[in-house]
Amino acid sequence: MIVAERKPLDEIAKMIAPYEKVAVIGCRSCVAICLAGGEKEVNMLVSAMRLKNRKDGRKQSLDGFVLERQCEKEWVKEVEEKILDSDIVLSMSCSLGTQTIGDMYPHKIIVPGLNTAIFGVPEEQGVWSEKCLGCGDCIIDTTGGICPIARCAKSMLNGPCGGSSDGHCEVNTDIECAWYAIHERLKLQNRLELMEYVRPPKNWSTSHSGGRRIIVKEDAKLTPHQKRGREVLE
Amino acid sequence: MPERRPKIIGFCCEKHGLDCVTLAARSERQYDASVRLIRVPCTGRVDGMHILQALEDGADVVFVLGCLEKNCYYDTGSIEGRKRVEYVKGMLAETGIEPERVEMFNASSSMAWKFHDIVSSMKDVAERLGPIRPKGGGSE
Ligand code: SF4
Ligand code: SF4
Repeated sequence: MIVAERKPLDEIAKMIAPYEKVAVIGCRSCVAICLAGGEKEVNMLVSAMRLKNRKDGRKQSLDGFVLERQCEKEWVKEVEEKILDSDIVLSMSCSLGTQTIGDMYPHKIIVPGLNTAIFGVPEEQGVWSEKCLGCGDCIIDTTGGICPIARCAKSMLNGPCGGSSDGHCEVNTDIECAWYAIHERLKLQNRLELMEYVRPPKNWSTSHSGGRRIIVKEDAKLTPHQKRGREVLE
Repeated sequence: MPERRPKIIGFCCEKHGLDCVTLAARSERQYDASVRLIRVPCTGRVDGMHILQALEDGADVVFVLGCLEKNCYYDTGSIEGRKRVEYVKGMLAETGIEPERVEMFNASSSMAWKFHDIVSSMKDVAERLGPIRPKGGGSE
């Protein structure tokens, strides 16, 4: 899932300060699960900002809403009126939701309440760790199912580096060495010969380095004829 | 104009928290009657939103009173309560509001004196800080 963190409240307050009517919009998907922008977080943020306004003597109306998924236009439409009625939208979703609203209503000002951080996995209650960088050409079949791109500080395709020590990474000793973990996993699976396999340089053009990526699934995409039909129905 | 009384809200767990309050009420020492208690099954049930809402609704200070941490009726409930209180204190600090307006306390059933101390310390804070409003005045 996408893991995000709330921005510091003073930073949020600065972004919305010049505006009178603020719509705070959260999302019930990833950012609710990672406790950053779900219903509870939206309500707490609205409440804290109201208190700040009271303390600073500022007149500002803040209203909170939460969508099922902020990155999908159909759900955003549900609060269209609230968006159009506001002076600024403070999005409490990952940046995908923020940008969806921004692209749908380009004349409206929309600002992020969260810092979108990682593709992560909940390890235990309250702890999420990064496990994929979305390189667009997955190679973890040869690394025991552990991603060296995301989990090795140097994204080494053939590791470990000389700094691996007692299972920890030299860049941050609090974090396990991905290549140590790969070695242990392959040993467990009796596939240690894969440690000898030399992975060739990766073609990074499938990653973000190749420019913005757009994925099309032809069988799901609507034909122009179908699109016209939908428009008529709407 | 009548003298303004501090607005103190206390979320008390119905186990050791309320027992401690009951004992305090039966003792000879008096505590300030401005305190309003809200009974909760466990301080682990207190949400950050409850505390913020109390402040939004006009409380000057809010405290949460639960069982002693290693003697909580629901084992870890009062630890949960403390974490929520700490989180809200952090939010308040980020917004420039005095975090000492919100506190967590722990007591056992027999610690009546503790409740007196809690009320008087929160009352001191409430009187020192007054309602949340712009510096140098403004209406409540
Ligand atoms: S190899 Fe690429 S796609 Fe596979 S987990 Fe790693 S970053 Fe993600
Ligand atoms: S110690 Fe391990 S995880 Fe860290 S940079 Fe070297 S190979 Fe990568």
